[in-house]
Amino acid sequence: MKAFATLINALDSTNKTNLKLEAVDRFLVEADENDKLWFLALFTGKRPRRNVNTALMRQWAIEAAQIPEWLFFESYASVGDLGETISLILPQPEHYIERSLSEWMELIVQLKDATDEEKKRFVLEAWNNLPHTERFIFNKLLGGSFRAGISAQSLINALARHYDMDTSAVAHSIMGGWKIGEVTFGELIRGAYTDTQLSKPYPFCLAYALEKEPEDLGAITDWQAEYKWDGIRGQFIKRNGEVFIWSRGEELVTGQFPEITDALMQWPGNFVIDGELLAYKDGRVLNFSELQKRINRKTLSAKMLADVPVVVFAYDLLEWNHEDLRAQGLRERRSLLEQLLTDNPVSYVQLSPIIPYESWDTLKEIRSNSRSVNSEGLMLKHKDAPYHTGRKKGDWWKWKIDPLTIDAVLIYAQKGSGRRSAYYTDYTFAVRQGDQLVTIAKAYSGLTDKEIQEVSRFVNKNALEQFGPVRTVKPELVFEIAFEGIAFSNRHKSGVALRFPRIVRWRKDKTAAEIDDIEDIKKMIR
Amino acid sequence: MLRFTSEGIYCVPGGFYIDPWKPVDMAVITHGHADHARWGMKRYLCHHYTVPILKSRISQDITVQGVDYGAPVMINRVQVSLHPAGHIIGSAQIRMEYKGRIAVVSGDYKIQDDGLSTPFEPVTCHEFVTESTFGLPIYNWLSVSEQNRQLQQWVLDNQAHNKTSVLIGYSLGKAQRIMKALEGIAPLHVHYSIGRLNQAYESVGIQLPEYQIIDLREDVKHLDKGIVILPPSLLDSNVIRKIPNMAHAICSGWMQVRGARRWRSADAGFAISDHADWQGLLDVINATGAEQVYVTHGQTAVFTRYLNETGITAAEVKTEFGDEEEMTGPDITEST
Repeated sequence: MKAFATLINALDSTNKTNLKLEAVDRFLVEADENDKLWFLALFTGKRPRRNVNTALMRQWAIEAAQIPEWLFFESYASVGDLGETISLILPQPEHYIERSLSEWMELIVQLKDATDEEKKRFVLEAWNNLPHTERFIFNKLLGGSFRAGISAQSLINALARHYDMDTSAVAHSIMGGWKIGEVTFGELIRGAYTDTQLSKPYPFCLAYALEKEPEDLGAITDWQAEYKWDGIRGQFIKRNGEVFIWSRGEELVTGQFPEITDALMQWPGNFVIDGELLAYKDGRVLNFSELQKRINRKTLSAKMLADVPVVVFAYDLLEWNHEDLRAQGLRERRSLLEQLLTDNPVSYVQLSPIIPYESWDTLKEIRSNSRSVNSEGLMLKHKDAPYHTGRKKGDWWKWKIDPLTIDAVLIYAQKGSGRRSAYYTDYTFAVRQGDQLVTIAKAYSGLTDKEIQEVSRFVNKNALEQFGPVRTVKPELVFEIAFEGIAFSNRHKSGVALRFPRIVRWRKDKTAAEIDDIEDIKKMIR
Repeated sequence: MLRFTSEGIYCVPGGFYIDPWKPVDMAVITHGHADHARWGMKRYLCHHYTVPILKSRISQDITVQGVDYGAPVMINRVQVSLHPAGHIIGSAQIRMEYKGRIAVVSGDYKIQDDGLSTPFEPVTCHEFVTESTFGLPIYNWLSVSEQNRQLQQWVLDNQAHNKTSVLIGYSLGKAQRIMKALEGIAPLHVHYSIGRLNQAYESVGIQLPEYQIIDLREDVKHLDKGIVILPPSLLDSNVIRKIPNMAHAICSGWMQVRGARRWRSADAGFAISDHADWQGLLDVINATGAEQVYVTHGQTAVFTRYLNETGITAAEVKTEFGDEEEMTGPDITEST
């Protein structure tokens, strides 16, 4: 397991993507085929079921370390990770067992039918034979909750670079329903089990934010205006009778949208559509938070499918019957797209409507109301523009509405997890309600590491009460909170729910007396 | 015999303070770290190795008396003696004996022999004041030889990849320890703040490995594949990034925990500390045979509870001592 331990260590100890890629590269050179296959399985969510429950592991560790339970929990609170806590509190190992990652994994998989006694014997034996890092990894392998400091995308990039392949081909190769024991690593990566050409997406065309006045763009007739929808941008591919849905993160998400896949299966022809996945009900685009409920779920219940219906708003047609249309102008592509959708009328796939306008002023007016249809603003696309690769200035502009902001005071703080387990990183903010305070939002990001340290220091000194991991603090630090939308809510004490709240900046120039009042905030709801 | 006041730890019959944080007449100092040795005392007493440190850090004009380990000094009928604490060079436990009762204030200490500091010696006493910086069972250090081997291996690996090794460690204690561990592997370059303290040590006859003081504002290309030792205050500065082709490692007890290593996102983290680990704290407390233990800075609540549960009478004491490694760790109490 040494090569794997070295890899995990390397991924952990840097946040430079290049060094991470180097570490994966080294592992791909050093590890044997089976270990590589397991590595891939663990990092792409194909891990085996957990066979040893955490309560038992904790109990065994407490026994082996001979410490009281409360002290274990104090340690856990300080480390922020169960497998690591166990690994740290156990006595030094007496021996060393050298086993490869795949050998360990096979033993762990075999625990499925073992009794608790047998499991305990196996686990204690492993703990007593592995040094700290490998012990920690072993605990993670047992738990099936492996997460290391590398994103799926970076991993795919590393593999693609190592094997000199396209990233999308690698993504498709490793995504399928392969099983350990039935494939070999080399063949899997090279796509022996899939036809990667069939699913190949195009790089998305991306827009720059419009920073000048729209009047500077020239003739209004040259521009097509659409709403900037806030869902999941995707490519919808049908080739030779197979459907693939790619998210913008080059992730294959076909399985997460069965209704869209089924609908597209009925369509004749071969095509690649650029569009946006949106939660949609009763003729209205729903809040992104609705869509969020559905994504990244292992299984989709019938109830979930009914509660959060999804549609595609189609933006563009990139390929039609194997012909790449990207070099053509938007006008041509749009009319082909409209034709395709007219020929295949289904509610699941709709055109992203073109907004008619006579002047920039009317468009400004429409933009300022775009929150009312749950969009983030407008998109302006030049009607003669080709479909560019990536972000290119000039032909596509996103013209987002400014976020709404309020000033609120910090009242609760909680420590983060993982990398941030030592600092207070999760904050709850309040605004005024008469002469009282009422919670308005929770936010996790938006501060620099330095500021987080500074806030943590404040929390340490000014904690008033403790509820489990949460500290209440003296209401003193004022932050500007931005959000994308606001709505009435009876689930929130304040009576309003903010969408995407985040910290814009720390208002060190303001005191708690200057924060906003809830009644004024409610007036922002339209 | 001891009273914990808002000025510091007070020896009642002796009429003096130990590591006070407010100006007083007479201060006995355990060691030269800034949170233990503060300015403004009329008279200081410390180990004679600590004298140049105090002068360098506080002022050349202070009134300070240096003594040897084990040499008794009478202060108002209290017999005071200093005993090695193993924390850094010159660090001492303060033993006080009055009418047959003995109290020991340990300051900061570690059991491991780092090869530079005079090794820790347990002192039997009735009352013992202990730190608890790493008073959780997750903190268990590797042996010094294993720590040194890892450091050396890391530097050698860097050299194999044509990289300069930058090590981050507290300028007083840790930096000298790193120098010792890496002696002879590659040229040692130290930041001037470390150089200043090295000179203070050398002035009292302590032998340190050969080193060069480096000015990072000047050309840093000649550092190629060498070793650079910097204090933690430079961690977030541009200085480190300006060193071409370098890998940097943080040496601190806090590096024991993955979250802390990832937070700082250095290229490596080595759990090397000048404080006692969990087992070290327990071993020392048992060795003193103290009937009353006072727990100061660190994991005071947890450690005190644990001691009481295992039959050792202990109480938490609030002090203003910090942790010199705080730049690298989760203990965010402001250093004063």
